[in-house]
Amino acid sequence: MGIRFVLMVNKQGQTRLAQYYEYLTLEERRALEGEIVRKCLARNEQQCSFVEHRTYKIVYRRYASLFFLVGVDNEEVSRAHTFTIMCPNELAILEFIHLLVETMDRHFGNVCELDIMFHLEKAHFMLEEMVMNGCIVETSKANILAPIQLMDKAS
Amino acid sequence: MGSQGGFGQSKEFLDLVKSIGESRSKAEEDRIVLREIETLRRRITEPDIPKRKMKEYIIRLVYIEMLGHDASFGYIHAVKMTHDDSLLLKRTGYLAVTLFLNEDHDLIILIVNTIQKDLKSDNFLVVCAALNAVCKLINDETIPAVLQQVVELLYHPKEAVRKKAVMALHRFYQRSPSSVTHLVTNFRKKLCDNDPGVMGATLCPLFDLIMIDVNSHKDLVGSFVSILKQVAERRLPKSYDYHQTPAPFIQIKLLKILALLGSGDKQSSEQMYTIIGDIMRRSDTTSNIGNAILYECICCVSSIHPSPKLFGAAADAIAKLLKSDVHNLRYMGIDALGRLIRINPEVAEQHQLAVIDCLEDPDDTLKRKTFELLYKMTKSSNVEVIVDRMIEYMISINDNHYKTEIASRCVELAEQFAPSNRWFIQTMNKVFQHAGDLVNPKVAHNLMRLIAEGFGEDDDTADSQLRSSAVESYLRIMGEPKLPSTFLQVICWVLGEYGTADGKYSASYIGGKLCDVAEAHSSDDTVKAYAVTALMKVCSYEKAAGRKLDMLSECQSLIESLSASHSTDLQQRAYELKAIISLDGIAMENIMPLDASCEDIEVIDKSLSFLNSYVQKSLEEGAKPYLTEHERSRTRNISNFRNHDHHDASTHSLRFEAYEVPKPVISARLPPTASLTELAAVREQSYQREVHRSPSVGSLSDKGSQELRLRLDGVQKKWGRPTYSSAASPSTSDSESHTVNGTGKGKSFEPSSRRQPEVEIPEEKQKLAASLFGGTTSKSEKKQSGGGIKGSKATRSTADQTRATTAVVHPPVDLLDFGEPSGAASGSSSTVDPFKQLEGLVDTNQYSNVSKDPDLLSLYSDAASTSGQNQNQETGNLSHGSGNRTTKGPNLKDALGKDALVRQMGVTPATQNPNLFKDLLG
Repeated sequence: MGIRFVLMVNKQGQTRLAQYYEYLTLEERRALEGEIVRKCLARNEQQCSFVEHRTYKIVYRRYASLFFLVGVDNEEVSRAHTFTIMCPNELAILEFIHLLVETMDRHFGNVCELDIMFHLEKAHFMLEEMVMNGCIVETSKANILAPIQLMDKAS
Repeated sequence: MGSQGGFGQSKEFLDLVKSIGESRSKAEEDRIVLREIETLRRRITEPDIPKRKMKEYIIRLVYIEMLGHDASFGYIHAVKMTHDDSLLLKRTGYLAVTLFLNEDHDLIILIVNTIQKDLKSDNFLVVCAALNAVCKLINDETIPAVLQQVVELLYHPKEAVRKKAVMALHRFYQRSPSSVTHLVTNFRKKLCDNDPGVMGATLCPLFDLIMIDVNSHKDLVGSFVSILKQVAERRLPKSYDYHQTPAPFIQIKLLKILALLGSGDKQSSEQMYTIIGDIMRRSDTTSNIGNAILYECICCVSSIHPSPKLFGAAADAIAKLLKSDVHNLRYMGIDALGRLIRINPEVAEQHQLAVIDCLEDPDDTLKRKTFELLYKMTKSSNVEVIVDRMIEYMISINDNHYKTEIASRCVELAEQFAPSNRWFIQTMNKVFQHAGDLVNPKVAHNLMRLIAEGFGEDDDTADSQLRSSAVESYLRIMGEPKLPSTFLQVICWVLGEYGTADGKYSASYIGGKLCDVAEAHSSDDTVKAYAVTALMKVCSYEKAAGRKLDMLSECQSLIESLSASHSTDLQQRAYELKAIISLDGIAMENIMPLDASCEDIEVIDKSLSFLNSYVQKSLEEGAKPYLTEHERSRTRNISNFRNHDHHDASTHSLRFEAYEVPKPVISARLPPTASLTELAAVREQSYQREVHRSPSVGSLSDKGSQELRLRLDGVQKKWGRPTYSSAASPSTSDSESHTVNGTGKGKSFEPSSRRQPEVEIPEEKQKLAASLFGGTTSKSEKKQSGGGIKGSKATRSTADQTRATTAVVHPPVDLLDFGEPSGAASGSSSTVDPFKQLEGLVDTNQYSNVSKDPDLLSLYSDAASTSGQNQNQETGNLSHGSGNRTTKGPNLKDALGKDALVRQMGVTPATQNPNLFKDLLG
């Protein structure tokens, strides 16, 4: 699927969670996050949930005060290759975001921004179960949460 | 305390998080973080920090980095934490390390050992944590350290471990394919894993493998089709359902794989038709996820060998998407349409108004997607409208990345389909004016070449018209401020070559204009160089034609000032100019022949025999004899034979033998005493040659990138040639109805008559639609498509037959019959052992001992039933469709509760930020 990063950013543009699937330096991340957030926050509800940015296609979704942004590969379509297989399925990514939120909601119970902030590592663990090497690998909420619940029990 | 809000963290941490959460600006946040860095720097080095405390510090480090500050002072503590015995601490350590370090960081070497140890752990969660780290931290060099262990873990009793082991191997494949080429058969085996999670994960590496090499995986088509069928028939555990759709993400991945496997392969494609048709029929178009699957089906249909039936279904689905009010769906519709027109461009006609609506939508994303569609459907009849629109849009945006892209698309389309010279020149002017510094310099060289060579037709008047209109438009434009440098270079070059060619403008007028350019851009040496050389050409043509040359005083002062320029190049050009204009007309004609930029240089004396005496003398004085390039490369190859296949590599490689003692440099290759005039002429020509060469070099070196090569062999009809070989020419039910009822003329009217009923459409829009879509295809094209239909009709009937027979002969391979409680479809699979059927796919002896493990199956069905329960709860909570909750608990109360809890912990926020407590799904 070619997911390059997952970001959670609040309305003020402050990062609440960031996971990259390719290495970017601190400066690059900072710049990228700033640019993307500016772009996405300026859009209204009626507009598409997809934005192109450099070599990324950003799929974003807003939940209360929090924006979930997923950056995927944006393969350039050239005339010579009128179709590219690698292209992302933006709608599927959009629903992937929802699945992530539902999963967090099941774990935290009425999940809110503060839950993610206080349990940053757990939010990361869930994401680690769902996405590896930039691919969606697990979509069963039970399977995603099982190791986290086991860990809670153990400690 | 549990996870549910009993935070179990120190007040200090809660304070930090709250203050970050409530900071109102980036500056305030930065202040908090900088203070935090100071605190941590002190604290983290204290002795005997309790483990829990340390974990908290590590999370605080994660915060620091996440908010854009450097936390490298604490990396080593995160590394240390990976050694911890406690699972939670270990995993937190691994998490922090993967967030902080890239795979080439020096500290990684300290972790490899821990990873090795953890991969052997009895606790499967520890193994999983280590495998997560493997995916992020192992680079080419460290792969061998863990490879063997990872491969063994592919057959671990726990499905979670197998899944992550598959992904670790996938990562190795991504990093260094050669390190795991002997192991890729494992992916095939894991496709038949009895856990759907492992199977689903395996699709990722298989997709990558198939993309690289389709042919060696054609045998898997049947398996993928049958897996997809079972997924679509809800044979996976309920926990994979998402909004009542069975395992949609797995379905989408499978469809992507099928699209690859079926591309250009009729036989494989035919195996897929039924299941794709079923999924399209069944998909729920009221939900996002249903549409996501539908979209993937359309992509698949447009990629595989065309099936008229599926094409029709895809066209209908697109119609629905485009009619939607939701922007996201229209976006997907436009994208899908761009794929489907690959099979038959006519499908776009029925959606013309929807497309124009999207083009005029204020939403930038939708607009760009529509431009992408238009780009794909450009032909000579609509190129003017489309390119004009593109340029208009290009001028209006600030995003340089996209500006570059759309500019090069405009150039490409203009070069390919330009209806007239005048339009072409005007279009190029606009592109250069507004994005000249962004487009590839090759584009500029192409333009010069095109103007010099003409359109390739043996029509000199057309070519000179092209040049005249170029000159005229350039003279008009060149006074404008802020023209990009590349564009000015083109202008100068063309004015130099053709400024006076048609006799309309005098040499002194052109000369004056060139001086103006040089003066107005005094800081740009390249432009000045072009201007001076152009001036030289104009002067010499004038003199060669026998006219009296009177230099304007401003030209003279320009040349004087350039003679003293800091740039040696400019100086030389100025001196050459002075030298040349002092010569007589005949010499001039020889030096600067008129309109000869395209002619090959004739070297009169290739052996440079006039240098013989000089060479002889040098040799006698001890100079090394000249070796030809061939001889030189041969001697090099002998001295370092390992680089025999790469000429380039050999020049850059290290020399291990001592360098010879330097001798006085005497070049026997260049005529050092060549006259000024000769140099000037050679340079001008050699530049031309470079221009000639560059496109071909470019197209060789970067085939994938934008094709900048000119199509000089007349205008091509984009849709004229069939995408598939003539026997397999694409056809649709749609085009069938078109062509059946008549000749080409009748058809050209059809779209307009179809548009008639929609009365309320503004005239302007209709006009646009007509200009975009109205362009009819040529007769020859129609003939082709007509022939294609006959052919495909026949193939279709045979396809139906074969489909029918295969359906009877092979009952579906039951890959994923995991013993669902419902016992659905027991009839079809009752007699067939699912794994027996698969044995043909994989190496039997290795595979069978794993998959037939009875314990695993029972384990799995347990999990399936519990997850099924969970799912029921879930569906109770979730509303249908968009997934907004309707029956969710009172979230206000919940939020207040959380707030109260935080306050109980003693955290007293300075300001209130109610957003922090807002229920995300509420």
